[in-house]
Amino acid sequence: MVELTLFVIFGLAAVFGAVSMVWARNPVYSALGLMLTMLSIAVFYVSNGGYFVAVVQVIIYAGAVMTLFLFVIMLIGVDKSEERTERLPVQRPLALGLLALFAAGVLWAGRLVWVTGAPAGVVPVDGSIEAIGTELFRKWVLPFEVTALLLIIAAAGAVALALFREDGGDE
Amino acid sequence: MTHFLETVFQSVFWSAVIKVVFVFALLLLTALILVWFERRVVAFMQNRVGPNRAGPFGILQTLADGLKLLFKEGIRPRKVEVGLYLAAPIMAMIPAFLIFLMVPIGAPIHIGETTVTLQGADLNIALLFVLAMSSIAVYAIVLAGWASGSKYPLLGGIRATAQMISYEAAMGLALVPVVVFASSQIAGGSLGVGTMSFSRIVALQAGSFRGPVPGWFVFSLLPSFVIFFTAAIAETNRAPFDLVEAESEIVGGYHTEYSGFRFAIFFLAEYINMFNLSAIAVTLFFGGWLGPGADLPYVGWLVPIFWFLLKTYALLFLFVWIRATLPRLRYDQLMTLGWKWLIPLSLAWLVVFVLLQGVRVFGMPWS
Amino acid sequence: MSLSAYLPIAIMALLASGFAAISLGLSRLIAPHNPTPEKLDPYECGIVPLQEPVQRFPVKFYLVAMLFVIFDVEIVFLFAWAVRFTQLGWYGIGAVGIFTLLLIETLVYVWKRGALDWNVARRSRRRPAVVEPLTEKAA
Repeated sequence: MVELTLFVIFGLAAVFGAVSMVWARNPVYSALGLMLTMLSIAVFYVSNGGYFVAVVQVIIYAGAVMTLFLFVIMLIGVDKSEERTERLPVQRPLALGLLALFAAGVLWAGRLVWVTGAPAGVVPVDGSIEAIGTELFRKWVLPFEVTALLLIIAAAGAVALALFREDGGDE
Repeated sequence: MTHFLETVFQSVFWSAVIKVVFVFALLLLTALILVWFERRVVAFMQNRVGPNRAGPFGILQTLADGLKLLFKEGIRPRKVEVGLYLAAPIMAMIPAFLIFLMVPIGAPIHIGETTVTLQGADLNIALLFVLAMSSIAVYAIVLAGWASGSKYPLLGGIRATAQMISYEAAMGLALVPVVVFASSQIAGGSLGVGTMSFSRIVALQAGSFRGPVPGWFVFSLLPSFVIFFTAAIAETNRAPFDLVEAESEIVGGYHTEYSGFRFAIFFLAEYINMFNLSAIAVTLFFGGWLGPGADLPYVGWLVPIFWFLLKTYALLFLFVWIRATLPRLRYDQLMTLGWKWLIPLSLAWLVVFVLLQGVRVFGMPWS
Repeated sequence: MSLSAYLPIAIMALLASGFAAISLGLSRLIAPHNPTPEKLDPYECGIVPLQEPVQRFPVKFYLVAMLFVIFDVEIVFLFAWAVRFTQLGWYGIGAVGIFTLLLIETLVYVWKRGALDWNVARRSRRRPAVVEPLTEKAA
């Protein structure tokens, strides 16, 4: 019951955030809409017992990544008025078509799996940080190490993007 | 009476409500005292008297100031983004109040058969929750700065964000050894959860370090504490890291365009954050509420709260002392200190500590 | 531990935001309100503001935010390992050690590239122009 209530409230909040992210004319409000969605998803994680994932969601996405987005927005300049002309004339009908296809897919998948009444997971999943730590280092060490490589690439890319002029000489 | 209290605290909902209201009142009261405390201490350090008129020793000064601000006109400049401008103070309040819920302020109390913990919420992941909330706290400041539509707030907001995220990284890295230390003290092999819960971390500090010296983590993890405390000063935007509101450069920083009670809310959140971080430092490094005298008759349950507050105020005194002593840093110095000193230092300390702890717990790797 | 452990957080979030909203509303009711055009100008130390606030910020801020994301991810992984320190033993230390070494390498790289130097732009502009324009380049 509690879970359902949480799901309805924060589901609506998540959808509202996502829609307002696309809709907002001002990029700062877009970023805020995205933040609302991220926080709502964190609530879903908590209500499903994924405590660690929830807090990671807040730290990484709602905290760090959104700060990065805000900085990028400030970097470009907020008052740049958005260009309203559409370069791709077919994109709106195409988007609507894809949306209808996606909705149909969701409905189909839902009919297929959800209403069977059987529990979704076979083993009850432990979402505590201890369980995740064990899993991560026992089973998923290689992906974990590869993540470090990914982070290096991200840093190198950021440096290359931000400082590329210094190689050319004048700053 | 006892029976009634027992019933109340057995109900999950009502015990949560009571604890939350208690923490809320405590934080408001603390903010009132803390502002006065800081002004008095700084005044004495600068050979002045400080506020001493309102109430005994001037202790009601902050209350008077707050009431005054309540009656002041809240000017809303023409160029603000109204929605965000009004929401930013509220966004500053929420994380400030949420963080303190994690901190245990006293030993659990027994009412009849029921045990009541003096802690808002005992999460497994309290430490990560604190980090999460401090990364949320950045928003209020950057959005206040941006929504003001004025140049000084914008500069202050951007400065604040860059500063807070830089030092948050150092703070997070400095806290990893604490968790390593705590988890290696919990009986090896058992799949016990709650290594990061604050109540467990306090309980682990109950023993003795050497002889009469208590088993506070600070004795084993002094570098972590130093880095944490430095980062805490920067996180709360206090001198010498108060470039966010460097009056001589950017006027009031992010709250330049905030007047009246809107300003008061920001001010309140700032002081509550200062108290929060001191309380967390006490919990992690100075044994939290642990201290002698908890078995005294009748007042025994008050003694841990007294120790907790005493230790926290000792750290707050350090906050104020640093403010009164050190001049403000320049912005590049601030970033250099954060990225070129604190983060490398905390990484180095992490490596050294983990290797030492590994040898201590598991023996040599090749044996 | 269950969902109920998070109940105080929800209540506190409501209470704190409610307190802030109500006190702000109260202040609006009882405080005077007589705006004048001068009062509503953006703050500019008492003179008439001439410029709009800057809308662009140095790219360094973006770099800092990017680095922060990287370090945050690292910290979260470190905590996941730290709670299982005893159980994972030297194996865990090794796994995390490789990860941390790669991270330190990132930091060193960014440092060497000068992404952490906050005053370099000002210096490089000043030095060739004012001090010694040619010898500096030769060195």
